[in-house]
Amino acid sequence: MTDHLIKGARVLGGDPADLLVRDGRIAEVGTGLDAAGARVVDAAGLVALPGLVDLHTHLREPGREDAETVESGTRAAAKGGYTAVHAMANTDPVADTAGVVEQVWRLGREAGYCDVHPVGAVTRGIAGEQLAELGAMADSAARVRVFSDDGHCVSDAVIMRRALEYVKAFDGVVAQHAQEPRLTEGAQLNEGEMSAALGLRGWPAVAEEAIIARDVLLAQHVGSRLHVCHVSTAGSIDIIRWAKSKGCQVTAEVTPHHLLLTDAAARTYDPIYKVNPPLRTADDVTALRHALADGTIDCVATDHAPHPVEAKETEWAVAAMGMIGLETALSVVQEAMVETDLLDWAGVADRMSFAPARIGRLSGQGRPLEAGSPANITLYDPAPRRRVDPTSMTSKSRNTPFAGLDLPGRVVATFLRGEPTVLEGKLQ
Amino acid sequence: MKRHLISAADLSRDDALLVLDTAEELAQIAGRSIKKLPTLRGRTVVNLFFEDSTRTRISFEAAAKRLSADVINFSAKGSSVSKGESLKDTALTLEAMGADGVVIRHGASGAPYRLANWVRGSVVNAGDGTHEHPTQALLDAFTMRRRLGDLEGRKITIVGDVLHSRVARSNVLLLDTLGADVTLVAPPTLFPVAVDTWPCQVSYDLDAVLPKSDVVMMLRVQQERMNAAYFPTVREYSRRYGLDAARMAALPEHAIVMHPGPMNRGVEIAAEVADSARSTIVEQVANGVSARMAVLYLLLGGSEPAIGTEVSQ
Repeated sequence: MTDHLIKGARVLGGDPADLLVRDGRIAEVGTGLDAAGARVVDAAGLVALPGLVDLHTHLREPGREDAETVESGTRAAAKGGYTAVHAMANTDPVADTAGVVEQVWRLGREAGYCDVHPVGAVTRGIAGEQLAELGAMADSAARVRVFSDDGHCVSDAVIMRRALEYVKAFDGVVAQHAQEPRLTEGAQLNEGEMSAALGLRGWPAVAEEAIIARDVLLAQHVGSRLHVCHVSTAGSIDIIRWAKSKGCQVTAEVTPHHLLLTDAAARTYDPIYKVNPPLRTADDVTALRHALADGTIDCVATDHAPHPVEAKETEWAVAAMGMIGLETALSVVQEAMVETDLLDWAGVADRMSFAPARIGRLSGQGRPLEAGSPANITLYDPAPRRRVDPTSMTSKSRNTPFAGLDLPGRVVATFLRGEPTVLEGKLQ
Repeated sequence: MKRHLISAADLSRDDALLVLDTAEELAQIAGRSIKKLPTLRGRTVVNLFFEDSTRTRISFEAAAKRLSADVINFSAKGSSVSKGESLKDTALTLEAMGADGVVIRHGASGAPYRLANWVRGSVVNAGDGTHEHPTQALLDAFTMRRRLGDLEGRKITIVGDVLHSRVARSNVLLLDTLGADVTLVAPPTLFPVAVDTWPCQVSYDLDAVLPKSDVVMMLRVQQERMNAAYFPTVREYSRRYGLDAARMAALPEHAIVMHPGPMNRGVEIAAEVADSARSTIVEQVANGVSARMAVLYLLLGGSEPAIGTEVSQ
């Protein structure tokens, strides 16, 4: 394994320092370091961050390899500065057995672009009726710790309670897709001024908030860890803030798209903006940014959801929900949080690496950039602005809602345990 | 005018008045023995209907034919569309055939906007999901103008399932553009949550609004709505929001009663009201052809005058 000497990087946005990467670990951090035989990476002006960790990625394999594969999705992740992703369970077949999660985990190892941690389904077939074999998935080679029926809400209160209780045996967490199903039948867009004007069936904020309120009470009652996926409304934040103040073990994520876009984007009926939960209002965006800044929301998770072109080149109502996000996440967070002075780079490191690794119980990811840590490092140039071009994506899919926007920053290099997966902005 | 007519909001006040004045002019030929003008000769209009709507389709068909356009009726039923062909592929097919105008009726809100991305011709929305039906609003405004004159300051009451009504959305937008005062009346369940952002008044009390109305427009209420608990029973709906003879008597002398059709007699409108002298329901159908002729002429006709060359020449 080649040693790398990263010269002059601003570690978490601080003063320039050199990082010596040897044998997969950070051997030394200091100034004026020298190492014979090491490949020198000039990182002047670049911000060094711990390798990013995504708690919420749809890799689509097995089942929808036309949209994404573990290999293409992890290549996209590496391009976006990620060294670990959590692969959601709503594949076909569903990741609800040790066999499927081990397959996904193994595909990730073979691809080698970033660590793939499969998320296990909470219920069999994500049908919401019977618990999946959570313990078997936890004990498998994939060592699953995050369980989610994402795409569907575990709406049955008893099933949710039991899942929360059961995963305590292996320090797992249930990641809830909070969506009251009856309130959102056929729902297309945030219920409000836009849905009223556009004649699209509304997805009311209360449908998310009611489930979160129930779940934080359940988690508190049984003393379990709850994670809330893709929080999208100001009201949800108030509930999570209250729950945390009462000592509830709840964590939450927000997606890049909910930090930047609003439901006004739906005005053209272009389903590129169709996502679940839906884009909300400008007031929600402001509340989400502040909640991420003050820690009420713990982390950013992409909800990277690739879809083939034909699933989006349709009428709004029949289009697939979801957007890709791995390759733009850091730029969007810079735009929404750093350029607005809500987070500094240390804050970004926490929300995009330390916190998600902690929630997912990943021991080798989300570690401080100091001697002895595994060398998972992202080098990021915050200076250039670029226009987002869907055709330049590494993901197999093109459904980015940021197409045509000018966003700041560029991932220059990503190191996974000392091996560069991206160097000079190019996949290795 | 814009190239497409998809929302009533696409029409400025001047545009709307131009359409209405043109419709008035074109209505003259309905009284002639030869009801045909050469204006759109050589132009092709496709009626692309993904939902059954014989009334609207034949209205557009008559309008296009009276302007001498070639009309192709493309019904989704029995076509490749019902076998899963996408809207995009259908659009590309029409494009290859050289449609100058596409009149689209579709069950999905916003489908005409999607279509407009894929065809070069003008797109006319003939009703999309629960979004809009702008030519219905134009024919309604045309009907009101003929009966009542200028609409500035006129009080228009629209009653019924506003939440699911494309007719209500288009009417609110167009009537606001024309300076009328619109009041929507429905049970609270049948308003969108953000209706307060619309340029109109909202009331739950039909009886309070009727005496101040110049126009009362009743919307069709689908009986299935009660299964989703929008209202308890059809009878209760009818008692609280139906227009019967007693309620009609509360209207001012000059007020008219409208309905976009098809009616549920005995539900939102009583038979004696529908058939009364105040009712403009049959007129609306006739006026629909004139209003649609005006729209097709203004979107497709270019600079030629609508009337001027007699057909006999």
